[in-house]
Amino acid sequence: MGRTLFDKIWDAHVIADLGDGDTLLYIDRVFLHERTGSIALQGMAENRRAVRTPRHVFCTMDHIVDTFPGRGDDTLMPGGKAFITTTRKAALAAGIRLFDLGDPRQGIMHVVAPELGIALPGLTMVCPDSHSCTLGGVGTLAWGIGSTEAEHAMATGTLRLRKPASMRVNLRGEMGAGVTAKDLVLHLIAEHSTTGGAGHAIEFAGPVVDRLSVEARLTLCNMAVEFSAFTGLVAPDRATLDYLRGRTFAPTGALWEVAEHHWHSLASDADAVFDRELEIECSAVRPTVTWGTSPQHAVTTAGRVPDPGLEPDPGRQEAMRRALEYMALQPGTPMADIRIDAAFIGSCTNSRLDDLRAAAAVLDKRQVAPWVKAVCVPGSTQVKRAAESEGLDRAFTAAGFEWRESGCSMCLYAGGETFGPGQRVISSTNRNFEGRQGPGTRTHIASPATVAASACAGYIRAAGGA
Amino acid sequence: MEPFTRHEGVTAALLRANIDTDTIIPSREMKRVSRHGLADGLFADWRYLDPANREPDPGFVLNTPAYRGASILLAGANFGCGSSREHAVWALREYGFRAVLAPSFGTIFARNCIANGVVPVVLEARVIEQLAGQVAPDPQHRRLAIDIETLCVTDPEGGRHPFALDAASRETLLSGLDPIDLTLRMGDEIERFEAQDRLTRPWAYLAD
Repeated sequence: MGRTLFDKIWDAHVIADLGDGDTLLYIDRVFLHERTGSIALQGMAENRRAVRTPRHVFCTMDHIVDTFPGRGDDTLMPGGKAFITTTRKAALAAGIRLFDLGDPRQGIMHVVAPELGIALPGLTMVCPDSHSCTLGGVGTLAWGIGSTEAEHAMATGTLRLRKPASMRVNLRGEMGAGVTAKDLVLHLIAEHSTTGGAGHAIEFAGPVVDRLSVEARLTLCNMAVEFSAFTGLVAPDRATLDYLRGRTFAPTGALWEVAEHHWHSLASDADAVFDRELEIECSAVRPTVTWGTSPQHAVTTAGRVPDPGLEPDPGRQEAMRRALEYMALQPGTPMADIRIDAAFIGSCTNSRLDDLRAAAAVLDKRQVAPWVKAVCVPGSTQVKRAAESEGLDRAFTAAGFEWRESGCSMCLYAGGETFGPGQRVISSTNRNFEGRQGPGTRTHIASPATVAASACAGYIRAAGGA
Repeated sequence: MEPFTRHEGVTAALLRANIDTDTIIPSREMKRVSRHGLADGLFADWRYLDPANREPDPGFVLNTPAYRGASILLAGANFGCGSSREHAVWALREYGFRAVLAPSFGTIFARNCIANGVVPVVLEARVIEQLAGQVAPDPQHRRLAIDIETLCVTDPEGGRHPFALDAASRETLLSGLDPIDLTLRMGDEIERFEAQDRLTRPWAYLAD
């Protein structure tokens, strides 16, 4: 029987069968950040454990650092500086590769890992961060872990793991105008619920995926964790190789040739069998936005806030009512009638160069509505510089957006910066949980183009007005 | 880690689906580079009328005298979804919780539970609701018991509810041994794997 992409990467990393379905799996790369990585490094030091292969362990500053121009170690978040200085000291002591503040390689880990060629097809990679699944977009088997397992991976170069089931999500048809990978994945989660992918490693496949850019594939895989999947994956193809060639940590010369040969062998065999298969007809997908407090609470931008009274499942109905209360919305309200207070473009989901280009194109010769606070945070220092060399920063600032240094910023509230209680934010991020962007802050997730269009209208809008 | 064989305790219920780790421990409550000092921030947005001044919300289940000393939590589906922060488990454990019973869990959260001696027990939603109903009349005395030897939850009326747990997780809980120490003993096997793997995937090994 044929093997799946996931099977092939998994099989190549099996060190030992531990019995009862458990496996000792080889881990190629570990990536840390200053919030959870700091604790893992500290734990290693306290237990007098060394990092087994320091040159395969990376660390960046993204979660707690401020994103204001001219930033240093001080943070708006109370106590944030200690996370930064502790991480720096521990990373240097452990001999791992650190992308510190001021380093041109600094940025959000899941933006930095592919752009530096740290994430490569056929590698296993773990980070104490749930959005590690992003890296499946370049064919890396990557998943989020806790700090304790990060210590395990660093100390031993392995993890103890039970192989998850496999699922293929076939994306068929043609994407309509203004539809992005973000809309596709929000649609998938709305259709099949936030637990639709539970226990599965998901391969995104089909003609639509084949045509997606590598950056769009990273966005697609990024949200796999919001679908409760173990991770998301896309088979590496010509586009992946073109994207990775010449990146800092990608192989070169003869090693690249060997790698390319290996990567070409990774695609799922024609007769591979998946434990589950789902189909998404992409022609039917429209620009999508969330109305509630779970990524599954999503409708089209031209749709209306749903009526909990029409939801047959009592548990879901109760969750919808609670979400409406938190979001201060009434059933039946057209999404286009929802007035926003703020707009945010950033995060590991949607802060890459293509995302900024798409948003800047929408902002061209337009202004953010006078009542809207708008912020753009490029995903990495490298993205920021590339965007500036194209003049994208001027497109953002001319429209009334703030243009920031890179980091996770207001995707999450760590005690520092927030749009404020009761503020309604259209956001290119991944989580619309209660309080995620600050106590009482109301989040509507959408694509960067939709965020830009909404910022200008002052109301929820898809680019092009729908 | 303290071995876990059997635990009996006061049981509180938060039967809402999709309780995420941001809710279990908000980001701003992770104030220091530490696994400790987190219990105070557990469910901070729900537990306090104003998280800043820590005034308890009398309506929140854990602030109710009947649930004082709760060590078992009944929850809705997909408990612990979202952020990978192990702080969610550290906060629950420090508060005193030894087990969470829910129809399903966030994957990373469930693994973090095992690493910290907290049992993630998967039971059907109707069983969770039944258990919540059984303890509610007198939570201090109508307790649940969780047995890892037999993988069984015993309700206050003596009813037994078996649950599944993979063998490795069960062994970790029962022994209290650190999996890192166990794996470090397999150093020879890891090195043999690496030597072979370097030949087939030389590009995966970075130079200094």
